[in-house]
Amino acid sequence: MNERELRELIAAAKAGRVSRRALVGKMLGLGLSAPFASLLLASAGIAQAPGETQYKPTKAGGGGLLKTLFWQAPTLLNPHFAVGTKDQEGSRIFYEPLAAWDADGNLSPVLAAEIPEIENGGVAPDGKSVTWKLKKGVEWHDGHPFSADDVLFNWAYAADPATAATTIGSYQDIKVEKLDPLTVRVNFAKPTPFWADAFVGQFGMIIPKHLFEAYKGANSRDAPNNLKPVGTGPYRFVDFKPGDLVIGERNPSYHLPNRPYFDRIEVKGGGDAVSAARAVIQTGEYDYAWNLQVEDEILLKLENGGNAKGRVEIVPGGNIEHIQLNSTDPWTEVDGERSSIKTKHPLFTDPAVRQAMKLLVDRASVEKHIYGRTGRATGNFVNNPSRFASKNAQWEFNIDKANRLLDEAGWKRGQDGIRAKDGKKLRLVFQTSVNAPRQKTQAIVKQACQKAGIEMELKSVTASVYFSSDTGNPDTYRHFYCDVQMYTTGMNAPDPGVFMRQFLSSEIAAKDNKWQGRNICRWRNDDYDKAYQASENELDPVKRAALLISMNDMVVGDPGVIPVVHRLAVSGISRQLRARLSGWDNVLWDLRNWYRET
Amino acid sequence: MSRYLLRRLLIAVPSLLGISIVLFAVLALAPGDPFGELTTNPNVPPEIGAALRAKFGLDDPVLLRYLRWLLAMLHGDWGFSFVSRMNVDQLILQRLPTTLLVVGSSQLLGLVIALPVGVLSALRPYSIFDQIANTLAFIGFSLPTFFTGILFILVFSIYLDWLPFVYRADIAASGWHWLWEEFKQAIMPVAVLGLFQGASWTRYVRAAVLEVIRLDYVTTARAKGLPERIVVVKHVLRNALIPVVTLVALQMPAVFGGAIVTEQIFRVPGIGSLLISAILANDTPVIMAVTFVFSCLVILFNLIADILYGWLDPRIAYR
Repeated sequence: MNERELRELIAAAKAGRVSRRALVGKMLGLGLSAPFASLLLASAGIAQAPGETQYKPTKAGGGGLLKTLFWQAPTLLNPHFAVGTKDQEGSRIFYEPLAAWDADGNLSPVLAAEIPEIENGGVAPDGKSVTWKLKKGVEWHDGHPFSADDVLFNWAYAADPATAATTIGSYQDIKVEKLDPLTVRVNFAKPTPFWADAFVGQFGMIIPKHLFEAYKGANSRDAPNNLKPVGTGPYRFVDFKPGDLVIGERNPSYHLPNRPYFDRIEVKGGGDAVSAARAVIQTGEYDYAWNLQVEDEILLKLENGGNAKGRVEIVPGGNIEHIQLNSTDPWTEVDGERSSIKTKHPLFTDPAVRQAMKLLVDRASVEKHIYGRTGRATGNFVNNPSRFASKNAQWEFNIDKANRLLDEAGWKRGQDGIRAKDGKKLRLVFQTSVNAPRQKTQAIVKQACQKAGIEMELKSVTASVYFSSDTGNPDTYRHFYCDVQMYTTGMNAPDPGVFMRQFLSSEIAAKDNKWQGRNICRWRNDDYDKAYQASENELDPVKRAALLISMNDMVVGDPGVIPVVHRLAVSGISRQLRARLSGWDNVLWDLRNWYRET
Repeated sequence: MSRYLLRRLLIAVPSLLGISIVLFAVLALAPGDPFGELTTNPNVPPEIGAALRAKFGLDDPVLLRYLRWLLAMLHGDWGFSFVSRMNVDQLILQRLPTTLLVVGSSQLLGLVIALPVGVLSALRPYSIFDQIANTLAFIGFSLPTFFTGILFILVFSIYLDWLPFVYRADIAASGWHWLWEEFKQAIMPVAVLGLFQGASWTRYVRAAVLEVIRLDYVTTARAKGLPERIVVVKHVLRNALIPVVTLVALQMPAVFGGAIVTEQIFRVPGIGSLLISAILANDTPVIMAVTFVFSCLVILFNLIADILYGWLDPRIAYR
């Protein structure tokens, strides 16, 4: 095998056509040593085998108290009822999923003995089932053994609509069966390329059957263990005050040797993000601060101040701050609703106007002056993991070009400087939630639009109204009774499958579905719908990625949405703390391996 | 006296009912949805939010919801938090000790400052001491607590690094060490609240004492040759403090209500921070319970103030 062949093989592995395991096997056959093969792959950018971590402590315990600050504190500790990520984080201290997502979007086994693959027989070649082998010798905190029955129970519990679990989306369409006490098989109704949803990551935490069995269904809220978790995690439950405090102590019978390092963990809530950043970076009162939604300027000042005791850690996930152009007419009421799918937007029907809008968003300035390190200017709706990020979408900020486009399309400037055509003036209303960075972004867009002869009126709605599901309130982002709007949406797993549903014609938000449809900008494209259908059944990861990328290109090319910045997750970490964070899972996904360098 | 009490208590019932109706109506009319966060999550199907709303009866008419709440309240059931899925009384009881400790000791501090300083200033009006005390008092109550709070954090936590600025309700220590840690973390929030309160009370005590000290019976007492200490304590203070007692009694509900802004700044897990997070999360049962308890306390302490008034000043008769 010559270098070219080897390089091709690595490239194939990189694209996901050959598994890492198969590749290492081939290399070993060539006489290369295993560490060398790993090294080669690592240098080629292929992730390390999951579970490999640089964990230095040689015994469990002795690390003292780990102090973490969550300015939004957990309010409940049953992962199946988690309303936001804060509740998942609180549960994650005590409960574990079968596998977790690392920063690169790769699976790492937790309660599973190994990650299912086609090669090890875990993933069925027809994509209709996946078999999980469970780790041996795992115990719940109360000493009960963990087994396939627990996994089975979690499926039944979450899938029961009467339980009203917030994780139901991951469990309602699957069937789970027990093959033996340590093996379960998840069956899908149709071929499912992205199988790592149930029992994985933030929606996958597993609760014990023996404590929750009596509380499945309508009386789920009465379970005493909703507030006193008994899990398999590295820390055992000590105390919980909703909205204020979660305390855990070291689990002496944890299923990984020498872990965890800390004797106690404390999650303190309340306050605001800026003072949380101070407590970790400046005074060192705390070891870790979650989700520092703080202007980068302030973070930099804290970090660069004399004897800073902590640093900022930024990990990319799947959040995208984007601008939506309404495809329907928000100002005409049809059958009791505005922005009805029966109408067309009076201005955006002209492709020139949409293209001009795309040229008028100064992403570089937004990144530089507003988000700093915490947001990357982008032309893509899907930016991460890199295997799904399109290389085609370019973005540029060019007022002259926008002017030219509008001139050519016949939009003439009036005496007031505002363009008009056929008696229709280029006047737009741009709404978003009340949030300082968003208002600044609005101003930047407005300024550019003004120079191109588009008059833009800015509107900001309180977040609690804007993001509510209130069907009676016309100011929610779902009603979209406006020409242009901006907010952040994100994918929870490193796979855009579910995420890209939000541009399907069948998902359009309307009065009929109480505005619960996912397609809020009401953008429609038959090719997109077809590509999505194809991607649902495409089992070849490369072809599927290509389909998803083409969908991204469609929605940003003939813009239904204008991506602005890829927003990253920001944490504050003390200088001594060693913690691996991931944008694809809860920040506490790898808590068992956290330790303090002395 | 007992007839008066009975009448006052009977009057309290319709006012509490009225308060609860207003509170409930305002909360029902306010926008927002406790499960709003779910709807922005693409992984949670919309039916779940709808099912949860149905389960907690959020889609029922306002009147029905109110009657249900009232009936439960009469049974002593304070409701069930949507957000934490636990009983509201439990949530409030968890927060109560911290609130009583922090806000209670700040009120004590306020009194301890206000009484002697106010009396001394009034005894020697326009002296240097009075001028300084007055100036400080004006500064004290014109600076809002959120400002002094942040100022204290900057000076004592960040520049001097003496005091922690995150209040922890669970200090894992015992004995003197525990007491010391508790003391250290409580200094800043207690001082912020206490100095603010003390400043306005000082002005009040001074005015009250000044009014009394010029009266004829004080002159008479002095003329009798009574020692100054007895004149001040027995003759002046007893009468001057009547309005002050009312003021302090009316302030007591605030001790239970906590201090929203200061609790937020120092992360004190009190009732104020419970209320603010419940409001932000649209957790109506919690908001309802906290505000309702608060209004009950206001009415109760009004009554107590009136009774105390009569006890201190026998000229006031109850009819």
